Formats: sequence, structure tokens, C-alpha cells
Amino acid sequence: MNTTMTKKYPPMEVKKRKIIHASDVLAYAGLILWAIICLFPVYWMLTFSLKNNTEIFGENVIGLPRYWIWSNYSQALNTGHMYRYFLNSVIVAAATILITLIASFMATYAMTRLVWKPRKAMNKFFMLGLTIPIHASIVPIYVSLSKLHMLSTYWAVIIPYSAFSLAMGILISTGFMGDIPYDLDEAASIDGCGVWGTFLRIIAPLMLPAVATVGIYTFLQCWNELMFANVFISKDAIKTLPVGVQALSGQYTTDWGPIGAALSLATIPTLLVYVFLSKQIQESFIAGAVKG
Amino acid sequence: MKRPLSYKLSILAFLLPALILFIGVLIAPIIMSGYYSFFNWGGPGKVAEYIGLGNYRELFTSNSIKFMRALGNSLLLALFSVGIQLPLALLLALKLGKKIPGERAFLSIYFMPVLISTVVIGQLWLKIYNPDYGVLNMLLRSLGREDWAKIWLGDKKVALWACFVPILWQYVGYHMLLMYAGVKGVPPELNEAAMIDGCTESQVNRYIVIPYIKPILRVSVIFAVTGSLKSFDLIYVLTNGGPNHATEVPSTLMISMLFLRNRYGMGSTIAVMLILLCFAFALLISLAFREDK
Repeated sequence: MNTTMTKKYPPMEVKKRKIIHASDVLAYAGLILWAIICLFPVYWMLTFSLKNNTEIFGENVIGLPRYWIWSNYSQALNTGHMYRYFLNSVIVAAATILITLIASFMATYAMTRLVWKPRKAMNKFFMLGLTIPIHASIVPIYVSLSKLHMLSTYWAVIIPYSAFSLAMGILISTGFMGDIPYDLDEAASIDGCGVWGTFLRIIAPLMLPAVATVGIYTFLQCWNELMFANVFISKDAIKTLPVGVQALSGQYTTDWGPIGAALSLATIPTLLVYVFLSKQIQESFIAGAVKG
Repeated sequence: MKRPLSYKLSILAFLLPALILFIGVLIAPIIMSGYYSFFNWGGPGKVAEYIGLGNYRELFTSNSIKFMRALGNSLLLALFSVGIQLPLALLLALKLGKKIPGERAFLSIYFMPVLISTVVIGQLWLKIYNPDYGVLNMLLRSLGREDWAKIWLGDKKVALWACFVPILWQYVGYHMLLMYAGVKGVPPELNEAAMIDGCTESQVNRYIVIPYIKPILRVSVIFAVTGSLKSFDLIYVLTNGGPNHATEVPSTLMISMLFLRNRYGMGSTIAVMLILLCFAFALLISLAFREDK
């Protein structure tokens, strides 16, 4: 930040002569305050997930737990079925990621490396998916699922999640696939590789970095999704985490510890992924917004 | 170059999985939603009665549907987002974009709430707002302001505002990230030139950075407004539209039309209205930004 004292100097000098002003301190304090506001609810959740009701309800509202009650977690996992919901979310996320990856890699291959006229228009058509809200399709999908007797199955959410992740998957893959040298395709075709061989043996293995980016984005979308999961799944055995947590909180209204444990269990995987891949995650969100 | 038929079939085969998913789940249902909206229909297995624009007429004129109330609430949320959330995000992004110590750490912390499940955030804020044991009322009591303590989500006058706060809290980081990426994209020569010419930091922000990141601001405004119109998760968890429709938004209304009142035609009508409104607002905002130039 520059000040009136240093403004006449070229940039190199400016750095050396930096003066700290009261307004800078104030701004920095503001940044720290907002950071605390962002972190506090999460800190509070993690601590009350290990407390008993007497601590939560007055004795020790915001401090670290005095007695670490790990049984809150076992209660949430076993009697609260969090174990089941967690597993369901993993199944749904894994299948969605797999389908999204296969469909978007294949489509992107056709639209970037095979030669045909309306491929640009086709790409634009898929990009419509970035702007279509999920509300648009909830009634028809519900009706179709109910006619096909597919409500309350994993597929009831896996198929819609894959379809709604597709546009983003294609957008990200297009960037990655464009960076792969086109000479490779030619070399492969001279060596007698057809389009399928080129895709499977040359392009797909080089798309590993895109697997991570598309995978993370899709994971975050389906791990947290509530509206579809809430409407399409009513059987307890199939519920994903958001619906499960919602159901569990309804049952344990007075016992906050196990609810805190359930909320923490639903959040920790995302936070772990975020700690290791914060840059990629942020970049995928920026890419989605700028194009969308 | 002439290509063999098998090549063309391969292209189709490569596109097929994506096309089936995309058309089957996104494109066809939009058309079907539009179709259903002309019927009075009790759901799968029931007989549908064609009523033309009847649902639309009822939506806008009937007092019992509460659509206007819901729409008003979501527009208020949009106003709140654009008026408070975006300026806050811009302020944070401008400060973070100036190479301050701990820049990455701040950025990551601010963005974190975006990644947490809205159900978790909703449940957490339910606890924060809890009239008896919530952190908020406890804080007010310990400050000696017992009289300010409220049943935050049960009081018709404050419930809507109490719902807005977690929404703001969660998404400031998202807008901040977009704007930060924009601020980082401003060529450093521009800033330096302005500084040498004697601009203060706020002048640089006003005359160089903000005009430069206008395309991103446009995206942010569009997302804030359409996101408000579509908002569902947090309100569903916090109040589900209550008390007495005080926090009703179009999406919660749509869900209760479908699954509480079995009015599938009316539910589809609300969905269609939502899509139309989102597109209309996105278009209007784009035009407003273009005229500015």
C-alpha cells in the first residue's frame, strides 16, 4: 500500500520506504475480524461435537471441551446412522464422478480432436448447462423416476447429478485437452491407431490432471446437494449425508453433542480435500464463473 | 477431405453418453415443465385437466398461494446481496489483492464456508439462533442486553433477516474469490503508473481497478440476483418458509406445492416462472452493465 510520503518514487523505492498507517492497521484488523467470523461457527461445531449438554448449554459455551466425549461420534455413527449416510454419499459421489468423467472426456474428445463442422455449436449447446437451474427439471424428473420405480435408489440422484455436472466437466476438459499436442493424434494415426485407440491409449492417459479438477468439482456438487436428494430419496437406507443430517437433527433435538458430531462428520472430508487442494478448488470455481 | 461413414459414427458414439444425459435430464424436462404448467394435475397416476394459463393467473392473483410474498422475499434477498454482500466481498478482494502478509491464508479462510454443506451451515445457525441455548442470545445476555434476545427464527418480524445472515456469511467468500481473481488480473503497470501520478490507494481502486474488473462484477451481480431468486437450501433448513410464510421463497413454495399439496401443475408453473425470471434478470443486468460503458 502506498502512502502520500512515497508516491513520487518508482516502485522499487516504494517497497523500502513503506510506512504503516493507522488506516492500514484498521484494514488489517478488519480482515482478521472477518476471518474470525468465517472460522468461528466451524470451530464452535468441532468443539461442541465433543462436549456434553451441561457444557454446551452454559458452563462452557465457547471454550475447548473439558471432557472430550468421543462417544458423541460413536452415537452419531451407529444409532444416528451416520455411517450409512456417509457410505451412501461416497457411493453416489464416486459413481457420479465416474459417469461425469467418462461422458465429458468422450464428448470433449469428439468436440476438440475429431473433425466435423458443427462441433463449436455443439460445445455451445452443452455450455447451456452452466446456466440451467436444477429447479427447471425437478418435477419431470420426479415424475419419470416414479414411473420407472426408481425413486429412493442410488440412480435417482446419480443420473441427475452427472447430468448437471456435465457442462462443467466439458468446460474443464476442453481446457486440458486443448493443451495436448495435436501431433500425437497424427503420430498415432500413422501408426495405425483408430479414433478409439487414440482416445483410449493416447489422450485418456494424458488427461489425468483433468481427472483431479473435474473430480473435485463434481465431488463438491454432489456431496452437498440437498434439493434433489431430499425429494428423490425417502428411504433411510439410501439417504445421502445432507438428507441424513437433516433427519438426524430432527431426532436428536435436545442432545446437541451427537448432532455436532454428525455435522462434523459431514464436513471433515470436504475440509480435508480443501486443505490439500485449495488452489485447484478455487481455480475450478473461478473457471466456472468466468465462462458461465 | 472426405471422411468415411465409420468416422462419423464414431463421432456420434463419442457424443452419445453426454447427449443422452444432457437432453434427458436438462433439456427435455424444461420442455415438460412448461407443458405441465398448463394443467391442473395431482401427480403421477392422476388425471390431468388442461386449464391453459389458469395456473399462471392464480399464481399472480390468488392470495392463498403467497407467490407474490415469496417473490418479494427473494427480491429483498437479492437487494440485500447486491447491497451488502457484494460491497463487502469487493472490499475484502481489494485489500487482499494488494500483496498483504497472509494473503493466501485469508483467501482460503474466506472461501471455506462456500464448500461446507448448506445443511450443516443451516443446522449450525439453528443452534446459534436457538432461543435458550444459542450463542447469539447467550452473548446478548452476557452483555446485559437481555431485551435484545429474541426467538430469531420464530419471530415474523426478524425471521427473514435472520435467514439472510447465514446466506451472506456463506457466499461472501465466493464473490470475494471471483473479484480477487479479477483484481489480480489488473496489469501491475497500470497501478504503478497511477501511483507515480500521485493517486491514492482509494483513487486507484476507484478509477483503475473497479472499471477493469467490471466484467467480473457483472457476473457477481448476476449470480447474487439469480442465486437469491433460486435460494432454497438454507431457508429450507432454517424455517422452511415459516413462520406464517414470513420467510417463504419461490423454491420452498414450489416444494410444498408438489409434496404437501400434490399440485404438480402449480409446482411446474413456479419452476417455469423461476427460470424465466432468472433469465430475464441476467439479461437486464448484462444490459445495464453494457450501457455503462
